[in-house]
Amino acid sequence: MSVLQCNNLTKRYGKAPALEQVNLTVEPGRIVGLLGPNGSGKTTLIKLANGLLTPSEGELLICGAAPGRATHGLVSYLPERTCIPTWMSARQLLDFYGDFYPDFRRDAAEEMLQHLDIPSTQRVKQMSKGTREKVQLIMVMSRQAKLYLLDEPIGGVDPATRDYILSTIIGNYNPEAAVVISTHLISDVEKVLDEVIFINRGKIMLQSSVDEIREEKGMSVDALFREVFKC
Amino acid sequence: MLWQFNDGAPIYAQLVQQIKVGIVSGVFPPGERLPSVRDLATAAGVNPNTMQRALTELERDGLVYSQRTAGRFVTEDKEMIETAKRALAERHISAFLDAMTRLGYRREDVIEMLRQEIKGGGDGDVSLAM
Repeated sequence: MSVLQCNNLTKRYGKAPALEQVNLTVEPGRIVGLLGPNGSGKTTLIKLANGLLTPSEGELLICGAAPGRATHGLVSYLPERTCIPTWMSARQLLDFYGDFYPDFRRDAAEEMLQHLDIPSTQRVKQMSKGTREKVQLIMVMSRQAKLYLLDEPIGGVDPATRDYILSTIIGNYNPEAAVVISTHLISDVEKVLDEVIFINRGKIMLQSSVDEIREEKGMSVDALFREVFKC
Repeated sequence: MLWQFNDGAPIYAQLVQQIKVGIVSGVFPPGERLPSVRDLATAAGVNPNTMQRALTELERDGLVYSQRTAGRFVTEDKEMIETAKRALAERHISAFLDAMTRLGYRREDVIEMLRQEIKGGGDGDVSLAM
């Protein structure tokens, strides 16, 4: 069964359409890039998938079910902005995630934190921006979810942190789960992706595998993106 | 092992090439077990499915074989590895010759220049463009 499926999905904010007639499916075992310029509807799609927004028309299904209490346990979400409580220490954060999510793999999270040399007593507010992003990603990837929704996981961090985040995503790869990564930093994520979805002004322009694009067009996804979205 | 990718070609094809280089250069010695798909994918910073595809391709070529539970191994057939090495070398040579032709050199000049270069470099310490 598809992990994520959209059928004629439309979302309007007032009269302004944010997503129009979106049809797409994401299969288990796939790492998918949701790529589009600012304001193209990436975050709207992700928020619809975790039930923070409701569709105006059409439907969106997570493992066959509409977003709701049942699907929250299947979806692990990394919001665009850091949202972990800053007063908590790393250990409290582990407790917090463990309390909230039965699928939280505490040992995996601890191992990753250790690898980063983050002491368990250090508070989130004492961490640098890059470290906070890493810690939050570790929390999100340590859940044994069916669908990981990562909204701009590599925006605003240095290249070394980017590499760390991407290798954490690869290292936690699970053939039964899908990962959706929204970003406009394409050249950085391209190698990590199976498929890409190009989205612009709320419409899906293309869904294809990375190597299909490279094979057929003889160019990288980054180059194709620049061509398609030329200003 | 250093993993590098360029823009034009499919990533799986580039992985096949680089693992081949690893095999012929002894980074992955004959008969040795290869790291797991996940470890290789993490090291190369690529999608695990793409790495899987590259390994399947190498299996089809015979350079790599898998044993159901034990994992994937480099072939013990040294002759096959030698043939692969030769094929890689020939590709480098023809790319080099093409580049020299584009610069306007004739084959004889190229040979002479190579001879000079190798002599000047002392004990054959010249690494031709990889």
